[in-house]
Amino acid sequence: MTDATLSLHEKDQSKLPLEYRTEEGDLRIVGFWIFLAAELVLFGTLFGSYLVLQSHTAGGPGPHDLFEIGPVMAETIVLLISSFTCGLSTLELRRHNKKGLIGWLIVTILLGLVFLGLEINEFYTYAVHEGAPISRSAFLSGFFVLLGTHGAHVTLGIVWIAGILLQLGKRGITTVTARKAFMAGLYWHFLDVVWIFIFTAVYLTGLVI
Amino acid sequence: MIESIKSFMGWFFVTGDPMIYGADASIALASIGIVAVLTYFKKWKWLWEEWLTTVDHKKIGIMYIIAALLMLFRGGVDALMMRAQLTLPNLHFLDAEHYNQVFTTHGTIMIIFVAMPFIFGLMNIAVPLQIGARDVAFPFLNALSFWLFFFGAMLFNLSFVIGGSPDAGWSSYAPYAGAEMNPGVGQNYYLIGVQISGIGSLATGINFLVTILKMRAPGMTLFKMPLFTWSILITSVIVVFAFPAFTVALALMSIDRLFGAHFFTIAAGGSPMLWANLFWFWGHPEVYIVLLPVFGIFSEVIATFAHKTLFGYAVMVWSMVAISVLSFITWLHHFFTMGNTAPVNAFFSISTMLIAIPTGVKIFNWLFTLNKGRIQFTTPMLWALAFIPNFTIGGITGVMLAMAPADYQYHNSYFLVAHFHSTLIAGTVFGIFCGLHYWWPKMFGYLLDETKGKWAFWIFMISFNICFMPMYFLGLMGMTRRMYTYPAGLGWTPINVVMTIGAVGMGVGFIIMAYNIVWSAIHGKKDKTGDPWDGRTLEWATSSPAAEYNFAHIPEVSTRDAFEAMKEAERKGEADSKKPYAPIHMPSNTGIPVIMSAFMFVAGFGCVFEWYWMAIPGAIGVIACMIARSFVYDDHHFIPVEDIERTEAATGRLS
Repeated sequence: MTDATLSLHEKDQSKLPLEYRTEEGDLRIVGFWIFLAAELVLFGTLFGSYLVLQSHTAGGPGPHDLFEIGPVMAETIVLLISSFTCGLSTLELRRHNKKGLIGWLIVTILLGLVFLGLEINEFYTYAVHEGAPISRSAFLSGFFVLLGTHGAHVTLGIVWIAGILLQLGKRGITTVTARKAFMAGLYWHFLDVVWIFIFTAVYLTGLVI
Repeated sequence: MIESIKSFMGWFFVTGDPMIYGADASIALASIGIVAVLTYFKKWKWLWEEWLTTVDHKKIGIMYIIAALLMLFRGGVDALMMRAQLTLPNLHFLDAEHYNQVFTTHGTIMIIFVAMPFIFGLMNIAVPLQIGARDVAFPFLNALSFWLFFFGAMLFNLSFVIGGSPDAGWSSYAPYAGAEMNPGVGQNYYLIGVQISGIGSLATGINFLVTILKMRAPGMTLFKMPLFTWSILITSVIVVFAFPAFTVALALMSIDRLFGAHFFTIAAGGSPMLWANLFWFWGHPEVYIVLLPVFGIFSEVIATFAHKTLFGYAVMVWSMVAISVLSFITWLHHFFTMGNTAPVNAFFSISTMLIAIPTGVKIFNWLFTLNKGRIQFTTPMLWALAFIPNFTIGGITGVMLAMAPADYQYHNSYFLVAHFHSTLIAGTVFGIFCGLHYWWPKMFGYLLDETKGKWAFWIFMISFNICFMPMYFLGLMGMTRRMYTYPAGLGWTPINVVMTIGAVGMGVGFIIMAYNIVWSAIHGKKDKTGDPWDGRTLEWATSSPAAEYNFAHIPEVSTRDAFEAMKEAERKGEADSKKPYAPIHMPSNTGIPVIMSAFMFVAGFGCVFEWYWMAIPGAIGVIACMIARSFVYDDHHFIPVEDIERTEAATGRLS
């Protein structure tokens, strides 16, 4: 942020990745990690609530009746691949390859959109065809809000990355755009980690237990 | 048509109570008055450029404190209304429903819209100066935090005249706070208003954590930081890990109420106890969010006015760390009586009592700091000295409440109410008044009057004891909290009369303090040196009020009590040689935070009334502001050397 704090960190700036080269970039990335820690508590609370309410089906459909492994596997694979392509975009960023970075980010958000489409379809099936909307039981409230929060995060991530793509197109890879692309990558991987927990805690335990 | 408008107005505005009509009239008059004054003196541009769009941590701090003082006034009026109602048995000053609303808004406002913003204000003013930084890590986010708090608080307060106030208590226990038992918009105001300001609080936590970790002056290692900065660092960690749980709890209850989900309902498998757990998982750490910073303030003030370095610095730090860890594993003591098994109660009973150990260590360290000091009885020092015994009483009664079997006797009685007021008033309120007097010259460049300050202190402090000491006995005599009236002949009447006298005295103390602020603004003694108290830490090394850039040269630190060491070096003639100035990089003002928060207010108001035609455009506005912000690249400027020289010359600091 300020010239004085720069002197605190007298590293060889040119050896650092672009996103860490300015003091501002460094501060924001640290801040973003702390934000992700707060997000972890947020999702942890939602997981806790869901697990408490999982068995409270109030005579309505339970996990066994609703969940099907096929669509869930599709969602999982699409999202995991998107995390891989997002990782590739960061590699291209490190190589200062603007085309590669933009290309892989576009693939990432397209996969994100496919994931969202599959998830919305799953929600629609439950709520409309299976007679299991959010108001049916505590279990379903927990289910829709936990997955909905994750889905809302993915949506926000898509909008965010789209905005960064425009800035990358206009300005190329600079210390600022590099930092933004890097942070969006952190966010995207974090959402994948959350999904892995959802896959385990919601779908696997729901189908097995 | 006219009939339907009439019925809408009757439902939309709160009607039927002459006190509320009075409030309507005074709100309308005050608003017209503010607009008229701003227009007459042509101050709109000034307001927008100097305050609404500022990203300067010192101005944001001042705005936090002004808002918190106004909210303190409202919360105080709520308190006096409750005391008026309870003075004598069978009074009908307030009816049961109105009384419920008043204790709900009193609690919510005092914790969320007074204690937290007041502390955020003081930390905004002091922390960057104490660590020798030019601003916080994320100045834009800092402004956004303030405006989210402000609009959240305004939304909550609107409930009073539009739609009706929440009445489920500040803890809003389910199922009473659910849609079935509590229809209407009051509880929605609570959920959404608190949610909006809570997002701001989380952002402040992240902001100050990064600021303190990454922006300290060269040489200031963690264990050379002033203790107030340490307390804010630890508090920020608690904020980051506690607030998301509250965000979720509020969101889940909002979804219950607005979209018919069943998290906390009794029907369809909901779990009311889940709310109690989620609420207090945030709620107990929240207690330390408002206490640890004032521990920091007292540490600064006691060391300054005892003219000694703080006793047991490292132990002070580690005891705060211990408190912060323990604060996350005690939440269940708020509901020992609500059906837990004995081992669970035993665990939380012990974890609660453990907190007394680090807290006791701190008390002794303050006492040892005073030992053999040259004590100067200034107004801030009086608040700090009064804190020690008064807060200790609150702490000891807390240990009594921590004993789960005994808690069955104390639970929800006035004993509990007395306990948490002893900690929150003698701790937090004394602390914020202490900090207000202490840092006032740094904020405005003049001192608050000492004589009036001491009058306010003595009247407030004695009245506090008149009000809350008898309350412990009233609780043991069986009066429970939140009852709106009581029959004669239970022996409660004399104590209630005494308590009301004490409450009025506290109001008088507050008014004297307010008068002191107005008087000192005109006649206050100017602080020309920037160091009116012979301070020990870096905020006193710069001018009062500090220049936009805080320090023309970033100070270099080699010891604790950095400024004291600098003054010592100067006395020995070892002062630094003159250095040339360099242009200073500063963040530029921006209107996005206030506009974005206003959209949040619109979206929130729409959600309160379930008017989605209003909520959705509001939400779109919020997102549009976020996108607009992402595309802003020109967000900083440089202050040229000539400007720095001019500013420094004006305060006699040109080196």
